[in-house]
Amino acid sequence: MEEIKIALAGNPNCGKTTLFNDLTGSTQYVGNWPGVTVEKKEGRLIGHKNVIIQDLPGIYSLSPYTLEEVVSRNYLVKEKPDVILNIVDGTNIERNLYLTTQLVEIGIPMVIAFNMMDIVRKNGDKIDTKKLGEELGCETIEISALHGEATRQAAELAIEAARKGKKTELPHVFTGSVEHAIAHIEESIQDIVEPSQLRWFAVKLFERDEKATQPLDLPEGTKSHIELHIRDCEKEMDDDAESIITNQRYNYIQKLVSDTVKKKAVKGDLTVSDKIDKIVTNRILAIPIFIAIMWLVYFISVTTLGGWLTDWTNDTLFGDWITNGATAGLEALGASDAVISLLVDGIIGGVGTVLGFVPQMILLFLCLSILEDSGYMARVAFIMDRIFRRFGLSGKSFIPMLIGTGCGVPAIMASRTIENEKDRRMTIMLSTFLPCGAKMEIVAMMTLVCFPGSMFVAPAMYFVGLGIVIFSGIALKKTKYFSGDPAPFVMELPAYHIPTLKGVWIHVWERTKAFMIKAGTIIFTMCIVIWFLMHFGPSGFLLDDIDGSFLRYIGEGLKWIFMPLGFGTWQGTVASISAEVAKEQATATLGMLAHAASEDETDVAAAISTMFGGSKLIGMSFLLFNIFDAPCMVAIATAFREQGTRKWGWITFGFQMMIGYCLSLCVYQIGSTIAGSGFTFGTFVAIVLAVVAAYFIFRKNPYAKRKGNNISAVEANA
Amino acid sequence: MKTLRDVPVGQSSTVLRIHGDGALKRRIMDMGITKGTEIYVRKVAPLGDPVEVTVRGYELSVRKEDAEIIEMQ
Repeated sequence: MEEIKIALAGNPNCGKTTLFNDLTGSTQYVGNWPGVTVEKKEGRLIGHKNVIIQDLPGIYSLSPYTLEEVVSRNYLVKEKPDVILNIVDGTNIERNLYLTTQLVEIGIPMVIAFNMMDIVRKNGDKIDTKKLGEELGCETIEISALHGEATRQAAELAIEAARKGKKTELPHVFTGSVEHAIAHIEESIQDIVEPSQLRWFAVKLFERDEKATQPLDLPEGTKSHIELHIRDCEKEMDDDAESIITNQRYNYIQKLVSDTVKKKAVKGDLTVSDKIDKIVTNRILAIPIFIAIMWLVYFISVTTLGGWLTDWTNDTLFGDWITNGATAGLEALGASDAVISLLVDGIIGGVGTVLGFVPQMILLFLCLSILEDSGYMARVAFIMDRIFRRFGLSGKSFIPMLIGTGCGVPAIMASRTIENEKDRRMTIMLSTFLPCGAKMEIVAMMTLVCFPGSMFVAPAMYFVGLGIVIFSGIALKKTKYFSGDPAPFVMELPAYHIPTLKGVWIHVWERTKAFMIKAGTIIFTMCIVIWFLMHFGPSGFLLDDIDGSFLRYIGEGLKWIFMPLGFGTWQGTVASISAEVAKEQATATLGMLAHAASEDETDVAAAISTMFGGSKLIGMSFLLFNIFDAPCMVAIATAFREQGTRKWGWITFGFQMMIGYCLSLCVYQIGSTIAGSGFTFGTFVAIVLAVVAAYFIFRKNPYAKRKGNNISAVEANA
Repeated sequence: MKTLRDVPVGQSSTVLRIHGDGALKRRIMDMGITKGTEIYVRKVAPLGDPVEVTVRGYELSVRKEDAEIIEMQ
């Protein structure tokens, strides 16, 4: 049987994902669109092996300005699916139909599914979907994706439309001189373009959308001829071409809707959603409610339940039962120490670390999915935007940052809720700078070693972390990538609704699975490598003798890296390397080394202090480096995954390493000078680094975009 | 020029024109704020920015800075 591809298209929050899940069941494939981190979902229609459903990103338009829109239209124009199933939210019909008027021009057979019709009926509104379909030249159907009402029929209708192919006439969206100009453009390109795509390309040429029309490769003569038509039209309408098109589309829809939709509700009536919103984003109550909800999320998923489950998985399940069970089993089988150590310490221990995050992750995603599906997440952004915008992020970055103080891994995963790619990338880069729970162990130990009894070290680390996030945000926003084409923060605040169990579970499962697969494979390999380096030396297998291991030789070989930071000993190097496995590992390694140096248990702190030459400054430098460099490898692996491309994974890693290294270099070198070691070359380098950092933070943004409130070219000419 | 920023909370006004160009203008128009549309300013966020408006029957959040390109009656 022939394969049929159905593309699901619609606005964000129109119930597209619900419909997709309903139609495909558990047969989905989730990935990223090639080269970008926009989610790509594909699945097979239940009961139809030959029907593939492609879920397009939720979009409002097919403009060239957002990644999601470009991805979607490229797919529709180039891959040419057999049919588009356009989902229109019946409760928000005008704005939803705006996308419909664009989709219909692409020349692919289309079926319109009016979703949430149960709510429309409950509100007492009437939509003449049949008449709408006749006007727009598409088959229509009324569905409720949430209740699985008529969803199957919608798919059947799409398959039928795909078999029949497109023959209907296009709706008459444009009028007067605009239609005239577009018809002229159509005429001049009709030999180059497929007849079905004629309208699409003509409108895009009129809009001067170069990204869309570039593949046509028009001769200069045609281009200037078309430009003349556009200019004439712009002059007549006293507006720019792009706005003329948008205006006419909405005018057309307004007329269409007034003929086909009867609203019962009188203006001023408050819906349930309105009433909730009145309280939740109330000027006085909003912040306390917000803090309470965030505290609850954090409390459930990081400190209490999530923390307990992770501790239990790490310490009891993997640390005790499985480890001891496996050890006993292997011993009974007569396995050698080396084999036992590899399997138990290396593999079970390493994989256990990853799996230990899973319960925390599930709980966190559960909370986040509920917030997202209920519509509260958009309000979080609404409330916090003012603060985060100051350093180049939007309100949605708040949640990852908050989670980051518990654990960097779920923090990076939580950044998935940020639709804007640049904001998401930056949030991934920055959210692990706030000290996580494991890093606090290093803080606790170094406080004991260098500043016994001090109450200020731990809070200071949070403030330094916060400072790094803010100043990095400011500096990054002035780089070419992050400043180009700023995405405007014009955000829909969807109506509140009660999340469904199924929808929430699918979210949770997809995200947890993605984490386990990627982090699991990388960590697995890394664990074996690190285990080998720790337990083997030139003299062969060693059980508990880190002094003779390859790791020590690596430490000796690499200690020059840390010399400018003051802790350029093999112990300091090895501790920093092991901190990359898991941050709290640094304390374990230092403890192990201290034991080797001194037999007296109570003297461990003193022994560690000796490793840093008894210097508080060196201890501080070690602390700063290990807190503010790249996070542990589970988090690094997660960042690589979430950044989508290797290049961005390395940028993230490199940036974090650079910040940690430069910060502790500056503190150590300038600190030494102040302490009386004189002005050295190191002091000079530190000052240069500080000046460079200040330059990047305070320079004028060389890529600053003109603000929108200057006069457009058309007005200037008029 | 009176812009959306100047419309007090709890009042409605009609769009006269959208200024500027590029992504911001297109995005604002794509969301349904076009010439002649009625906009109701619903509330201001607790920290003073952004604002929440009702347009074409749904809720939209716009930063005050961006609202300045929307000229109102």
